[in-house]
Amino acid sequence: MGPVRWAARVLCVVVPAAFLGVFFLYPVGTILVRGLGADGLDRLLSLPGRASFRGVAWFTAWQATVSTLLTVVVALPGAHLLARRRFRGRALFRAATTVPFVLPTVVVGGAFLALFDRFGLVDGPFRATRTVWAILAAHVFFNVAVVLRTVGGFWEGLDHRPEEQARVLGATPWQAFRWVTLPRLWPSIAAASSIVFLFCFTSFGVILILGGPTRATLETEVWRHAVFRGDLASATALAVVQLAAVLAMVVVANRLQRRRAVGQRPVRRKVPRAGARLLAGNLGLLGAVLGLPVAVLVERSLATDGGWSLRNYAALADRVNLLPVSAIEALQNSLLFAVVATGLAVVVGGLASLVVVHGRRAASRAFDLGMMLPLGASAVTLGFGMLIALDEPPLDLRSSRWLVPVAHALVGVPFVMRTVVPTLRGIDSRLREAAATLGASPARVRREVDLPIAARALAVGAGFSFAVSLGEFGATSFLPRNPDRLTAPLALFRLLGTPGETLRGQAMALAVVLMVLTAASVLAIEGWGRRGSVRGDL
Amino acid sequence: MSLRVEGLTLTFDSVPVLDGIDLEVAEGEVVVLLGPSGCGKSTLLRAIAGLERPSAGRVWWGDEDLTVAATHQRGMGLMFQDHALFPHRDVAGNVEFGLRVAGMPADQRAHRVRRALDLVGLPGFGDRRVDTLSGGEAQRVALARSLAAGPRLLMLDEPLGSLDRALRERLTAELGTLLRRLGQAVVHVTHDHDEAFALADRIAVMGGGRLVRVGTPAEVWADPRSVHAARCLGHENLVDLDGDGGCPLGRLGDGPGTVLVRGDRLVVRPGPPAGGLVGEVRRTSIRGGRTLLDLDVAGVAIRAWWDGPATVGDRVELVLADGAVVPLVG
Repeated sequence: MGPVRWAARVLCVVVPAAFLGVFFLYPVGTILVRGLGADGLDRLLSLPGRASFRGVAWFTAWQATVSTLLTVVVALPGAHLLARRRFRGRALFRAATTVPFVLPTVVVGGAFLALFDRFGLVDGPFRATRTVWAILAAHVFFNVAVVLRTVGGFWEGLDHRPEEQARVLGATPWQAFRWVTLPRLWPSIAAASSIVFLFCFTSFGVILILGGPTRATLETEVWRHAVFRGDLASATALAVVQLAAVLAMVVVANRLQRRRAVGQRPVRRKVPRAGARLLAGNLGLLGAVLGLPVAVLVERSLATDGGWSLRNYAALADRVNLLPVSAIEALQNSLLFAVVATGLAVVVGGLASLVVVHGRRAASRAFDLGMMLPLGASAVTLGFGMLIALDEPPLDLRSSRWLVPVAHALVGVPFVMRTVVPTLRGIDSRLREAAATLGASPARVRREVDLPIAARALAVGAGFSFAVSLGEFGATSFLPRNPDRLTAPLALFRLLGTPGETLRGQAMALAVVLMVLTAASVLAIEGWGRRGSVRGDL
Repeated sequence: MSLRVEGLTLTFDSVPVLDGIDLEVAEGEVVVLLGPSGCGKSTLLRAIAGLERPSAGRVWWGDEDLTVAATHQRGMGLMFQDHALFPHRDVAGNVEFGLRVAGMPADQRAHRVRRALDLVGLPGFGDRRVDTLSGGEAQRVALARSLAAGPRLLMLDEPLGSLDRALRERLTAELGTLLRRLGQAVVHVTHDHDEAFALADRIAVMGGGRLVRVGTPAEVWADPRSVHAARCLGHENLVDLDGDGGCPLGRLGDGPGTVLVRGDRLVVRPGPPAGGLVGEVRRTSIRGGRTLLDLDVAGVAIRAWWDGPATVGDRVELVLADGAVVPLVG
């Protein structure tokens, strides 16, 4: 091996490893060391005895469980529709139901506030604001896509003949579903549920905006203690509990995911046309759950005193006392951070993908698991860890404006790798062999076959990571900030939390802009990647 | 210049996949490797292309020893069974690939691509995306891609295997005409004896990692030498002899063993048998206008061709023409 190739290999390993080590493992390690150290341990052990902690822990688990059940119930008919029926606009249906999943949490919070506002549910006997119902509805809104994609994709590949056999033997459609289809769908439903549960358990922005002070979860409590009260010791103890819970859930989710992967072989056939009732039922249900909040958000952003106008959007350029910068400037900050974060994620994720696919077995395993950790970890783990670990020499990055894009990139890397690794792995070895028999040298094969195919995957991953960065709220809300560098989600959060017609209108307009930017960056680039041979589904 | 393979041996986990293969392919010659799946045909192609490393033996092109040469330096074209078209390039991008890596300027490439696509009967397909092609079209594009690179030897690994029968027969004929017109040296792999006879200058029958019979189609048909080769080539009447070389058809050999009774050298005489061999018709089927008779000759099943009508239960007389009985080993 020549020195150049050797250096390239070392670089592939060192850059991602150093990035993960300094910005994720070291902060998480700091939480653990402080939380399990002498003083920390006492405090940790005293937690179960406190009624307030028990209440928070119970509510965290309870709302996550109910959210998950509701999500599955709402999404299952749609999964059936996508997997087993064809209809006009199927691709659009798929794309439209995916959008909520990529929207920033603050935007979703804003959309539901707009919804309650519009239908007079802010107070009175049917008050929805600051109730658990608001939280549950928002969680369903977010996670329907996870179930639709996971279960729908699995269902699509499921052999249809056993159902036909059941029907021939006299089973009604419902009986065939209940006794033949559902038992075979369980692995995918369990896998999807475990992920949805994890998301709801670690949900942060939605709870903060819709739950109000009385509806606290572990995640929001860490934030309240750390950022609001400056009580880092209590926050650390809670963060350790959260970390342990998340770790356990990731292990379970991983197990369930693996079970799902066994024995799947897509069966191709012509699927029947969707009946009018099935179609109307699904469109009605998902339209109400997913479409209504978005539609009302847009309507509210246009509503002003004298009828509909773009005045709220124009006001985004104005400075308000509440914010150190105008909403437009906050958007510019977010876009700049997103570009930097995406660049970092593409470089780190791309190099790590090469190690996973072409590296030695041990390195491949370690990178495959290690680089995924920030995705499983909650925003609190990420942000709080950085807050307490990177504030003293040798790593005093408190005042660095680049800590925000670094945190965003940590979450973006898994998205890049989840598209690039399967795509690189999925390249048929015979394509490389064919290129070689046509006269291409090994280096040329890498350039002509691997790179062009992986480039699309890289772009798709970049699109996701860009959207994630644009909307990231949880980790950013912990990071020491330079007032001039306020991001759009943080600005939106402040606007939403302050009463007043004018500010509310501006908040709605800002939410719509953020929504359009994130949805567009994901949809545009994903549609483009799908035309290539990009594999992997998030 | 010709390809010469000497004693090529390849073992996977100490199981021999190729076992001392000797083969020559002359310039402009079409050699068909015929054998059942798993006999090592594809592995032999991959070893010649440099995609598998042999455990022993040598591969020569003229005086040039290619045994350890890298795949891309060999100039051996290989067309894969499922075509392996590059999904990220359009048809023209696929066809020009070999020329591009060889450094040919774009305008010349475009000209060569057009010619190659004309040659395989797909003029104007250059801009098509490869995932919009039908099975037959993809096969032609893969052929054009291999041909355009100008390989010294073109190897085709069951290129027609995934196509339906009618398309397959048409493309076999077209492929035969094209390869002969180009004067291209070819090694073609198949398990279908009809395809082999349609294309080959010489047929090499493979079994268990060895070449068990090599010769012109007429030679190997007339004398397959082994039971395995006879079966691969499509012979059907294999008759076991007793210790004295006898069987219900008469004394066909000098001792125990198996003989081949060539269906094309069996003459069927209708009407009441006048002594000699008698067969009773058990089943008839019409193929290509002739009647294939499944006969029972004193307990031995024999297949023979006949031009007239026949019904089950008819008794016919059989005459063994010159060269009808061929001794086999194994």
